[in-house]
Amino acid sequence: MIDREPPYPHKPPLSTPAKLARLAGIGLIVLVAAGAFAYVNGSLDPQRLTPARVVDVFEHNNGVHPGYRRNHPKGICVAGDFESNGAAASLSRAEVFASGRTPVIGRLALPTGNPYSPDSAAPLRSFALQFTQPNGQQWRTGMNSMPVFPVGTPQAFVDLQIATAPDPKTGKPDPAKPPAFFAAHPEAQPFLAWVKTAKPSASFVTETYNSVNAFILVDSSGKRQPVRWSLVPHATGASPAPDAKDYLDKDLTEKLAAGPQRWDLILTLANAGDPINDASKAWSGDHKTVNAGTLVINGDTAQLDGDCRDINFDPLILPSGIEGSDDPLLAARSAAYAASYMRRTAEVDQLKSEPAQEKQP
Amino acid sequence: MSTPVKHFAPLARLLHWLMALMVIAMLFIGAGMVASVSQRHEWLLNLHKPLGIAILLLVIVRIIVRLNTRTPPLPVDLPAVQALAAKLSHYVLYGLMLAMPLIGWAMISAAGDPVMLGSSVRLPSIVAADAQTFAVLRRAHEYLAYLFFLTILTHLAAALFHGWVRRDEVLDSMLRGKSGDSKR
Repeated sequence: MIDREPPYPHKPPLSTPAKLARLAGIGLIVLVAAGAFAYVNGSLDPQRLTPARVVDVFEHNNGVHPGYRRNHPKGICVAGDFESNGAAASLSRAEVFASGRTPVIGRLALPTGNPYSPDSAAPLRSFALQFTQPNGQQWRTGMNSMPVFPVGTPQAFVDLQIATAPDPKTGKPDPAKPPAFFAAHPEAQPFLAWVKTAKPSASFVTETYNSVNAFILVDSSGKRQPVRWSLVPHATGASPAPDAKDYLDKDLTEKLAAGPQRWDLILTLANAGDPINDASKAWSGDHKTVNAGTLVINGDTAQLDGDCRDINFDPLILPSGIEGSDDPLLAARSAAYAASYMRRTAEVDQLKSEPAQEKQP
Repeated sequence: MSTPVKHFAPLARLLHWLMALMVIAMLFIGAGMVASVSQRHEWLLNLHKPLGIAILLLVIVRIIVRLNTRTPPLPVDLPAVQALAAKLSHYVLYGLMLAMPLIGWAMISAAGDPVMLGSSVRLPSIVAADAQTFAVLRRAHEYLAYLFFLTILTHLAAALFHGWVRRDEVLDSMLRGKSGDSKR
């Protein structure tokens, strides 16, 4: 390497106690640094809600289905375009809202935790989209057919999962736990009132899908407008779900064979005083809405072969002109989806090799 | 041959301490963000990415500076095994300073995510989107971060050992400038 330094005048040797004291000092400094790191990464705090622990709760409730998303694992890939009419361009500087077409990859799914759930297992459907703008920025959004979320915080959401966890003996949730949870969480009442009337739809294409969380649109001058958005279907005629296990994918393929399926993207502008940070609360009363354009879906692919499989529909992957609100669920979704994505991408080789073993909830 | 220098060049020392601060901050930011579901997760992530690219640019400058300035030699009486450990750990540190930002960048690319540094600056993808590539890079990023932190702790302990126990000039060569040289 380099010439060693010539001998320099040595300081008088340290006494043994002095040497030990100095070594102990060094040890202490290293220990404090390592302890600070362990504190920050959550090792010292088993109660902390971390992304990994959120995903653990899903795996506990639903079992581990290698290679699949840890939530909404049963779904189908779709593709098409968003045809913007330019009406929202004054609200957001995002390219997607300028007049013109933006290519879209999407995924329609069943909001349960098991890839083998029957399609009627939940009276809900979900729609996730990835818009890719000409400038390479993307807008990803995961929407649900419910108008409001049951709870407003990540901790309450995890507690809800725990309250509905199957008992290992019976395979069913402890009947006492969900009522106790909902008694302690009055914020879930709007969701409960809605879900009472909700029925599993026979088709993905007749459903309305809602952002549920609020976002902020930012225009070219920096003006900020909180919004929620919805995809409102052109297709009508919500027929009751057939008495079968799997019908949604077949229905979708048939509908697409007959022609593209369309939804309007409706932005609902928050009024002053609307809760921006609480997805469990509806925005009541009159609201200005803007129809930003039409989502046109013209093809579908089974998810194991489709382009949507390896997309993490992280709701905080946003283009310039759309920002997340301070809704704590948005940050939690982003963090937990990343943990789910990390686990499932390490398992993709198991998706094809393993025959579909149908473990039903 | 000219007499060996006793201290690192001022620019080398500036880069060392600036990057020490940035890298340690980066490791804590990374550890904190993957352990959080709160808004802190997003806030730290938005800090982590531009800081990582800044470290990548600085380490390139630093390698150029290192190759073009004179480095003070280790004490002659340092046991060979310690001299070897010193040499190897510095290769590890330089390697990780270079590799970690590149792996982070490649990992976001492999996920098919736009590589955003802030709300409107986008870097190009450096690898094709592929789930298995992402999985490998994501784990490498995590394990190498732990290796990085352990190497820094060892580096810190060794520096203090030189300064407080051996009381040679190794720690001083990075702490101080020419004052020691001028006294001779």
